[in-house]
Amino acid sequence: MRYILLIYQNTEAWKGLSQEDKDVLMHAAGDIVEELSATGEWVGGEGLADASQARSTRVRDGVVTVTDGPFLEAKEALAGYCIVDVATPRRAEEIAARWPDAQHWGMEIRALMHGGGKED
Amino acid sequence: MNERLLRELAPQVLAAVARRHGRFDLAEDATQEALIAAAQQWPAEGVPANPRGWLIAVATHRLIDALRAEASRNRREEVAFTQEPPPGADVPDEDDTLTVLFLCCHPALSPPSQLALTLRAVGGLTSAQIAAAFLVPEATMAQRVSRAKATIADAGGRFALPPDDQRAARLGVVLHVLYLMFNEGYTATSGERLQRRELALEAIRLTRMTRELLPGEGEVAGLLALMLLTQARSGARESPDGTLVPLAEQDRLSWDGAMLEEGAQLIQQTLSRAPLGPYQLQAAIAAVHAEAPTAADTDWPQVLKLYDLLHALAPSPVVTLNRAVALAMVDGPRAGLAGLDTLSGDRRLASQHRLAAVRAHLHEMAGDTQAAVAGYEDAARRTTSIPEQRYLRAQAERLRDDVEDPPTAPTTG
Repeated sequence: MRYILLIYQNTEAWKGLSQEDKDVLMHAAGDIVEELSATGEWVGGEGLADASQARSTRVRDGVVTVTDGPFLEAKEALAGYCIVDVATPRRAEEIAARWPDAQHWGMEIRALMHGGGKED
Repeated sequence: MNERLLRELAPQVLAAVARRHGRFDLAEDATQEALIAAAQQWPAEGVPANPRGWLIAVATHRLIDALRAEASRNRREEVAFTQEPPPGADVPDEDDTLTVLFLCCHPALSPPSQLALTLRAVGGLTSAQIAAAFLVPEATMAQRVSRAKATIADAGGRFALPPDDQRAARLGVVLHVLYLMFNEGYTATSGERLQRRELALEAIRLTRMTRELLPGEGEVAGLLALMLLTQARSGARESPDGTLVPLAEQDRLSWDGAMLEEGAQLIQQTLSRAPLGPYQLQAAIAAVHAEAPTAADTDWPQVLKLYDLLHALAPSPVVTLNRAVALAMVDGPRAGLAGLDTLSGDRRLASQHRLAAVRAHLHEMAGDTQAAVAGYEDAARRTTSIPEQRYLRAQAERLRDDVEDPPTAPTTG
């Protein structure tokens, strides 16, 4: 079962952390990536550039508009994601709970769709 | 042609090398390297007179190289030389494939790891092929395989058949792994996803091989029959545009007659002589469906009786769910819905979307269109399968149209 773990951060709160605290968070995340790579559960993941740098695009009646910034003025913004391939939904929850951002902000766990299916 | 031969020989070569050196992990890597070398060299140079001996010789050389490298890393060079076999050492004749299979399905491993290792070490597939079938990067799959081998070593797994007192339980794990492998592949798929269907065929091949090694085990035969009877429907399971076709609407003439025949005969013979088991019962149910020339001819009382037996022998939420469908066909949709009551919120039922879909279907049978629409929509939200979601949304849509435009009496004049 493949899941995407969406990492949400409060950008202001992150900026407020000391460099030491940030290092601890980054290291904890790195350790988990290493562990999941070794178990063969790590599929991939990336950290995102600051949400203030986001661009949004919409196409209406064939007209493309590009605007600065995210859609909403939310305190928490998407900061990164991991994709894992795990044996059970519980395991995905367990990994998300261990991700350091879960202790400060939150992680969203979403199952990925796939192309197979059963007829009955 | 070579690939088929290579994959048949893969577990035998691994077994011979692992047995002689006792290093399953390194022997497995060495066997993969020998298979790759054969795949590259044989087409140009021709298949050697003794392909198995050729592969064992190449794998043994690779293993010795690996042992030497390991020893020099450990600064204990003498280890490599004590483990090097004397020149011309005999290749054991016994087929240790079963030992490899039991080891790959070691209970210390998670099911995904058991599957990956079995496909590689017993099935002779490369990590790249397995990764493609499971939609993960090759590096992920390669790590899963090497971690699995390390876990077996840490758990004290040796290259030997499990002791008698653990054998039944360990065979249960092996069969479960083969069943999961089949289920991964038993999917209605479209175009570029064909490789998953090959996974189902690989599960059949390996189960057939297991049956040859353990001809007396009724559950091995039962599992093989179940796979054959299920796979025989594969061509009828989806329409050309990739939409799922439910069992009741499938074109039964496009079922694979030879496969059905083999599965039906196998389960009939097995039921008459082996102690009853859950795989045999599931195969018997599949055989009842296969016997019916049309969906309407299905012997539902017989299906229900078999589900009752299965429920008594190996109760599970999935059995309860399937039994409710049979109950509805025998005693009506209300009886079926009542049979589902115990399942709501059951965390063990991994496929909650199937519960919602079955409930919707039974509401539809009972004429409660509104509940059916809500149920199909609920099921569509819960599934992670794109074709299933498309199917479930189409069901909801179809009924919603009925609600909005009730069929009117034909006007005359």
